Amino acid sequence: MKLDSKIPEGPLAEKWSRHKFNLKLVNPANKRKYEVIVVGTGLAGASAAASLAELGYNVKAFCFQDSPRRAHSIAAQGGINAAKNYQNDGDSIYRLFYDTIKGGDYRAREANVYRLAEVSVNIIDQCVAQGVPFAREYGGLLANRSFGGAQVSRTFYARGQTGQQLLLGAYSAMSRQIAAGRVKMYPRTEMLDLVVHDGKARGIITRNLITGKIERHSAHAVLLCTGGYGNVFYLSTNAMGSNATAIWRAYKKGAFFGNPCFTQIHPTCIPVSGDHQSKLTLMSESLRNDGRVWVPKQAGDTRPPYEIPEEERDYFLERKYPSFGNLVPRDVASRNAKYVCDEGRGVGASKLAVYLDFADAIKRDGEAVIRAKYGNLFDMYEKITGENPYKTPMRIYPAVHYTMGGLWVDYNLMTTIPGLYALGEANFSDHGANRLGASALMQGLADGYFIIPYTLGDYLATIGWNDRISTDHPAFKEAEQAVKDQIGTLLSINGKKTVDQFHKELGKIMWDYCGMSRNAEGLKGAKQKIRELREEYWQNVRVGGSNEELNITLEKATRVADFLELGELMVDDALHREESCGGHFREEYQTPDGEALRNDEKFAYVAAWEYKGPNQPAALHKEDLIFENVKLTQRSYK
Amino acid sequence: MNLTLKVWRQKNANSKGEFKTYHVKDISPDMSFLEMFDVLNEELLLKGEDPIAFDHDCREGICGMCSMYINGHPHGPGQTTTCQLHMRSFKDGDTIVVEPWRAKAFPVVKDLVVDRSAFDRIIQAGGYISVNTGNAPDANEIPIPKEVADAAFNAATCIGCGACVAACKNASAMLFVAAKVAQFAMLPQGQVERKKRVEQMVAQMDAEGFGACTNTGACAAECPKEISLANIAILNREYLAAKATSEYV
Repeated sequence: MKLDSKIPEGPLAEKWSRHKFNLKLVNPANKRKYEVIVVGTGLAGASAAASLAELGYNVKAFCFQDSPRRAHSIAAQGGINAAKNYQNDGDSIYRLFYDTIKGGDYRAREANVYRLAEVSVNIIDQCVAQGVPFAREYGGLLANRSFGGAQVSRTFYARGQTGQQLLLGAYSAMSRQIAAGRVKMYPRTEMLDLVVHDGKARGIITRNLITGKIERHSAHAVLLCTGGYGNVFYLSTNAMGSNATAIWRAYKKGAFFGNPCFTQIHPTCIPVSGDHQSKLTLMSESLRNDGRVWVPKQAGDTRPPYEIPEEERDYFLERKYPSFGNLVPRDVASRNAKYVCDEGRGVGASKLAVYLDFADAIKRDGEAVIRAKYGNLFDMYEKITGENPYKTPMRIYPAVHYTMGGLWVDYNLMTTIPGLYALGEANFSDHGANRLGASALMQGLADGYFIIPYTLGDYLATIGWNDRISTDHPAFKEAEQAVKDQIGTLLSINGKKTVDQFHKELGKIMWDYCGMSRNAEGLKGAKQKIRELREEYWQNVRVGGSNEELNITLEKATRVADFLELGELMVDDALHREESCGGHFREEYQTPDGEALRNDEKFAYVAAWEYKGPNQPAALHKEDLIFENVKLTQRSYK
Repeated sequence: MNLTLKVWRQKNANSKGEFKTYHVKDISPDMSFLEMFDVLNEELLLKGEDPIAFDHDCREGICGMCSMYINGHPHGPGQTTTCQLHMRSFKDGDTIVVEPWRAKAFPVVKDLVVDRSAFDRIIQAGGYISVNTGNAPDANEIPIPKEVADAAFNAATCIGCGACVAACKNASAMLFVAAKVAQFAMLPQGQVERKKRVEQMVAQMDAEGFGACTNTGACAAECPKEISLANIAILNREYLAAKATSEYV
C-alpha cells in the first residue's frame, strides 16, 4: 500500500483555502442522515462533537470518565499559541509555522503545520466568544506570554489552568448539542474494538464500565480523539486512565501507526518521591519564564540551596544556550537536566532533580507579581512536596508528558482505514519529533473546530448515506466476540501478579531503554524483555471479579495488554531510526558538544508501521517529508 | 505509618452498604491518600478480595473526578482534592473513616463511586454561550476590564467535583450552579442569554433533587478550588431579576 498524504497543490499559504474549495459538501438537509462516532471528549473530541452536531450530523460521543468534562486536556496548564501578533513583536502565521517545524526538528509535514498556524487565530476568537476567561491586561485586551522555543509572546493563557478553561468551553458547546439531541453522550463507556468491513470503518465495540455490557455502535465514520499513549511508561504526567487501547486496536485493524518512538519528556515535573508513586505532576513550562534552572558546580554537594553561594552554582541552560537561556525547547532542557544528574550534580534526596529558582524574579518583581502569574502552580507544588517555593527553590526533573507519534493520518486527518479519523494527540501529525509548549491545545482545537468539519464532509458526501452496515452484520458479531473472548481469558488466568506490577515493570523497561536517551544495544535488550513480560502476563496476571460489574482491575488489564504490545513497536521504531531528532536521542548519533545529530539524507520521513499479525514484525512504510519552504538546519538555541 | 481504615463497601446501586475495617502498614507520609488506597487494593487483590472502587483520574487536582468523604469532610482535612491530600496530614495510628458523597442526587454506583451526571444535565440546561463554531468576531473586539475577567475566571475554576453538595447538610448544588451563572453573568458574551440561563439551570437543579440553600456556607468552606460564597449571592440576584421579568419557565 502506498501512503498518500493528500497534500494539496499550490503555494504553502494557499493550500488550505484551495483544498477547502475542492472538498465536497453535504447538503444541509442530508447531514442528518449521517451518524458519526467520536471517541474521547478532550479538546479534540469535544470540539469535533460540538462542531459536527452544529452542522447537523448525528453524533455519538464516548468517554471512559464519569463526565466528558474530565478528559485529561483539563490538566494542561501553560497556554495556547496563536499567531495573532497582538503584541506587535514580529509574530506572523509564517513565524508560528516556522517555529513549529523547527521545534519539531524537521520531522513534520509543512502543509499540516502551516494550516495549524493559519487556523490558530480562529481558535482564540472562538474560545473568547464561548466565554473562556483568558488573562487580560488592564486596558481590557488579551494578555500574552512567551514560551519555550519561541522569541515572541504568542501564548494566550488563563492563569495556570488554560486547558481547564478551554476544555470547559468545548464541553459547554457539546453540552448545548446534547441538550439539543444532536449529540448522544455515553460516559463511563470504553471503546474496545473498531469494526471494519469492506475496507471501511463501520463502528465500534464498547464496554459499559458500570454494567460490563458489551455493545455495538454503527456509524458512517469513526473519529478517535483518545489522546496519547504516555502511560506505556507507567509513570507519566497523563491521567491514570489515559490509555492507548482505541488507537492500538485500530492499528491492529489496519490503521498505520506513525513515528511511535517520538515521545516528549517534559523538563519541569515534580521528582519521584518513592516506589508508591502512581503518577508524575507537571509544573508548567511557563515557570521557566521567571525561574532559573541550576545545580551546584561540584558533584556530591549536599548543602541546602541557600548555603550554596552564587559563584558555586551552575545555571547550565543560561551558560550553554545564552540566547534562549532557560527557554530552550523541552527536549533540550530535559536532556541537559539528565546530563547534570548523570554527572552526580543532581539535588534532593534522590539526586535526580535540578533546582528551579524564583529568588531573582521575586527580588525583581515582588512576591505579589509572581503569585499572580503562578500562584496555583506554587500551591500545587507545596501541597505535593510540603515545601514552599516562595522561600526555597523548586526541585524538578523530566517526566514523560506527550507522545508526538500516533495513528498516521493524511492531510484530511483520515487514517489508512477509510472512514477512520484520528484527531489531537491521537494522531502523529503536526509536532514532528518534538512538540513546542502551548501547541497541544492549539492542535487539538484546530483539528476539532476547524479541520474535521470540512474534511469529514468530503468523505461522507463521497460514500453517501446508504453506505453503512447494521449492528447485526457479521463484522460486528465477530468483533464483539473477540472482545468477549479477550475479557474471558483475562478473567480466567487467575495468576500471582497484579496488573499494576506488570505495568510498573513495563514502564521501567521503557524509561530505562526507550526514554530520554536510547542506544541500539539497550533497545535490542528491551525488545526481548518486553516479549518475555508479555508472555508472562498472559500466564500469570491476576484480575479478580467478573465482567458484569464495575471492575477497576479488568479496566486496567485490557489497557495494559495493549501497552505490552505497543511498547515493542516503540522500541522497533526507535531502533530503526538511526539518527537523533527532537525527543528521540540516539546516543550513537550526536554532535561533538552533545546535541542531537539528524540524518536528513536517510531519515527525513515519517515511519508508518503496519500490523502484520500477533508476534509478527510490523512492516515499515515511509512517507518522505518534502521541504519546499524551510531550509533544514541543525537546530541551534545557543 | 500504620493506620486503620473504615471504608464504605457497597456492591452496586441496588445493594445495601456497610463499613468494613482494614489495616494498612508502612505507609509513607509522602504518599497521596489515593496512593495509600492503591497499596490497600493491591493487597486485597492478591488476597482474592474485591478491591475498593473509587473515582480518580488526573491525580493533580484539576479533573474533579476523585470524591472521597474522609473523616466527615469531602476530600478530607483542608481545602484540597482527595488526590492532593497527602498522608503527612495524618498521624501514625489514626483511624480514618471513608465514605462516598452522600446526596439524593448523587446515587452510589459502587463502594466510593457515585453518579454525578446531574451536574452534566444542569450544564446542558443552560451552562453555555450559544455560539456555533466559526461565528466568532475577533477576540480583541470586546475589551473586558481585567478585574471583571479575573472575577469571571475565579468563578470558572470550579472543577465540578461535587464537594459542595457533599458538604451541605441539605445536599444543595447552589455553589456549583452559582459558579457557572456568575462567570457568564459577569462577561459581555454572557449577556444575551443571561436571564434564560439562570432560570433554566435553577429549574434543572431543582428537578435533580438537590436541596435548598440555607446559607450555612459549608460548601465554600470545603471547596477545593475556593469558589467564593459571594457567587451564591450573585446567583440569587440573577435569579430574582430574571424571574421578576420572566418570559420563560
